Amino acid sequence: MKVTLRFFSSLREQLGLSVQEHDTLALNVAQLRAELMHLNPKYDQALASGKAIRVAVNHEVCDDNALLSEGCEVAFFPPVTGG
Amino acid sequence: MTFSVLIQTEDFDVSREVQTLRSAKADIGAVCVFVGTVRDRNDGDKVSTLELEHYPGMTEKSIEQMLNAAKARFDIISAKVIHRVGILYPLDQIVMVAVTSAHRGQSFQACEFLMDYLKTQAPFWKKETGPNGSHWVDARISDDQALARWGIEANNASPQS
Repeated sequence: MKVTLRFFSSLREQLGLSVQEHDTLALNVAQLRAELMHLNPKYDQALASGKAIRVAVNHEVCDDNALLSEGCEVAFFPPVTGG
Repeated sequence: MTFSVLIQTEDFDVSREVQTLRSAKADIGAVCVFVGTVRDRNDGDKVSTLELEHYPGMTEKSIEQMLNAAKARFDIISAKVIHRVGILYPLDQIVMVAVTSAHRGQSFQACEFLMDYLKTQAPFWKKETGPNGSHWVDARISDDQALARWGIEANNASPQS
C-alpha cells in the first residue's frame, strides 16, 4: 500500500528529507520502520532501535503496534520541545 | 471562538487577545495568562536565535485535544493558545495560553495544565543557535513530571522509542 512518510527536526536534517511517498508491504509501524532501515543505510542510522523516536499515524501519536492503512501519513520525530 | 488555537510566525498582542476573550462576557471574573519568552541563555550557553519547527495539522489538532481536556476537567469559560514558529530572538514572545473562568482558581489551574500538556504533547521542536553553533534542544524529564501531577502519564523525554 502507499503511505506518506514525514520526518521532523533532527531526523529531517539527518535524512535530508521532510516528506516522501512510499510503497510498503508493512502492516504496522514496527514493520515499516524495519523495512525502511533495511532499504537504505541512511534510514538504518536515523531510525535505529534504542533511539528516542516518536511516531504519529494520521496525526495521532502511537506505538509500534499501530496499524497502517492505505494512504495514511506516518511521521517520525524526536521528543517534542515546544512551549 | 470560545476555545481556539493559532500557530503563526507573527508576534501577538496579549492585551488585545485578553480583550477579545473577555468581550461581552460578563460571567467572566478571572483571566489567567501565561506567556513564554526566549531567554538569552539556556543551560549556561548563550542563545542568539531560537528556531521553532512544527508539524502543521497535527499541532493544531493536538492543542485542540488539550483544550477539550481542559474544558472537561476545569470550570472554564474560554481559552486561547497562540504558539509562534520560525526564527525567534531573545526577548521575543513564543507562546501564550490565556484562560478565563468565573473565579480565579479554575483559570490558574487550567492555564498551568495546558502549558504542562503542551510542553510534552504538541509537536514543536526548538533549535538553538549560539556562539558554538546550532543544536536541537533536548526534551526534559521535568516536563513529563509536571504533566504527571495531573494524573497523566507522559514519556516524551524517555530515552526509549
